[in-house]
Amino acid sequence: MNCGSEIWNGRKEGRQNFWRRLYKDRFFVAMILPVVVYYLLFSYYPMYGVLIAFKNYMPSKGIMGSEWVGLEYFRQFFGGIYFWRLLRNTLLISVYSLLWGFPIPIIFALMLNEFRDGAFKRVVQTFSYLPHFISIVVTCGMIINFLSPTGGIINLLVRAFGGKSINFLGKPQYFRTIYVASNIWQEFGWNSIIFIAALSGVDPQLYEAARIDGAGRFKQMLYVTIPSIMNTMIILLILNIGNIMSVGFEKIILLYNSATYETADVISTYVYRMGLQSLQYSYSSAVGLFNSVINVVLLVTSNAVAKRITGMGIW
Amino acid sequence: MKTRPAFSGAKRRQPQGIDDKIIGSLAYILSILVLVLTLYPLLYVVSASFSDPASVTRGDLVLLPILPTLDGYATILEYKPIWIGYRNTIFYTFAGTLINLACTLPCAYALSRKDMKGRSALMFLFTFTMFFNGGMIPTYLMMKRLAILNTVWAMLIPGAVSVYNLIIARTYFASSIPHEISEAAMIDGCSNTRLFATIILPLSMPMVAVIMLYYAVTHWNSYFNALIYLANDQLYPLQLYLRNILLEDMMLDLISGDSEAMEAMIRRLQLKESMQYGIVVISSLPVLVLYPFIQKYFAKGVMIGAIKG
Repeated sequence: MNCGSEIWNGRKEGRQNFWRRLYKDRFFVAMILPVVVYYLLFSYYPMYGVLIAFKNYMPSKGIMGSEWVGLEYFRQFFGGIYFWRLLRNTLLISVYSLLWGFPIPIIFALMLNEFRDGAFKRVVQTFSYLPHFISIVVTCGMIINFLSPTGGIINLLVRAFGGKSINFLGKPQYFRTIYVASNIWQEFGWNSIIFIAALSGVDPQLYEAARIDGAGRFKQMLYVTIPSIMNTMIILLILNIGNIMSVGFEKIILLYNSATYETADVISTYVYRMGLQSLQYSYSSAVGLFNSVINVVLLVTSNAVAKRITGMGIW
Repeated sequence: MKTRPAFSGAKRRQPQGIDDKIIGSLAYILSILVLVLTLYPLLYVVSASFSDPASVTRGDLVLLPILPTLDGYATILEYKPIWIGYRNTIFYTFAGTLINLACTLPCAYALSRKDMKGRSALMFLFTFTMFFNGGMIPTYLMMKRLAILNTVWAMLIPGAVSVYNLIIARTYFASSIPHEISEAAMIDGCSNTRLFATIILPLSMPMVAVIMLYYAVTHWNSYFNALIYLANDQLYPLQLYLRNILLEDMMLDLISGDSEAMEAMIRRLQLKESMQYGIVVISSLPVLVLYPFIQKYFAKGVMIGAIKG
């Protein structure tokens, strides 16, 4: 109502107005305040704290008091012996996860779509995302048990076929397979939900029309079902590509050991070891910042590409 | 050319071609295979927890328990740390979820109201944190400065709000509650607070159930915050104790190999192995027992989240 007159108010009055408005909207302010404070403290303050990546951080001197070293830690990381190994491992684990983990939920959703709605379909779907709710610790415990060289079921199979027990988790060449396969086991059902939802929204008349035109089930899948989830597929693919440098550490630090660092050590696990075990705060912050920046760049780029191709992106 | 229409007419009446049959049976076979692959590891663990450890190690266990015994569970019952962890986890799950809801729901409601100024700016401020953050170390140092390291708050406050759940709640408030209801209440002189507490929230219970479950499962399953923020083992959640039992010792076992041939040692290791399966069962039990009843809510959440796009 008085929006127009506000522009002409003096600075002081404007400020008074601000507080008055804040009071008038005290209901909203009270509702959002905890969350705003939370994000300021737990997300934005650490963004300021990441300045220590450019400083020689001394806990006694604080963030501001520590002296600047510029890009010293970045240089140290890029020139270090682990840089290429970390980059390669991070990228490879991501690419393999995407290559195998992305199509499987789609294939699973397409397969379920071939069944009539009924008990069988519901049971398969319900159990498919059960593993999603099992904790990472338990999953890793199961992996270690199953792969154990003494009594693990996988090695029992290997021996039954005349092979010798293999210490799977102690050999670098198996790590990626173990990681990717167990991830798929745990997440494929959950990741397929979104496709199943998209498929249930397809107009049955489209199938009807395709049938009248003589399309069998395979052709119906090819010309009706797949095009109808194309957009969902592209968006998710792009989101995944945007995340390609952010491999989580939670699972890796439970499964890797110094014998498998060669293929298992990724940037985030390296940050964890350097920062919290070796207490090199500044150096590990620099490595973490490098990773975050690449993530943002990848996400922004992939979103822009998505917009150009499909006309829609995530923002 | 004259026979063509008749042929396609026949096809129209009988859409089951040979490729249809192949696809139909392929889908059945594959989905049964998927079901088996998904469930077998879980069933194996449950059976192993009730079996004689030596038989499990020998590889006699296929599906059903062998020489059924409750030794593993008896050992677990006597193993104090597990129960400390259980108690802590129950507390963290309840208190943490309460904090989550108390923060998320009001904020999401405010953000859903079109008459709130600056809501898109705030939304940007929140969403941005999904894509960029200071990282593990600066966050850790901040927690240290706030002096909440190694207290229960270190388990309750980080992760108090998840942007994803905030978006689900906001979308629901904005799209599923008819605007007319709020308008009518406001005209009748209902205050904002009362409107939210007595009208909006009760109408939103399906969504509240969804995000409550999301938060609760996250609390129940998380171990990483505890690993980096807690040093006092009296505060450890169940998952961290599990990690110490399931993973650390197994790793040692892997490295030391089978050179230790002492009977007692093996016996203890086997008992431990049997206890490990039992621990997995006991720790996952609450989620698995509730699962049949709550699974449809979880799936619903994915869809509410996806509408926003």
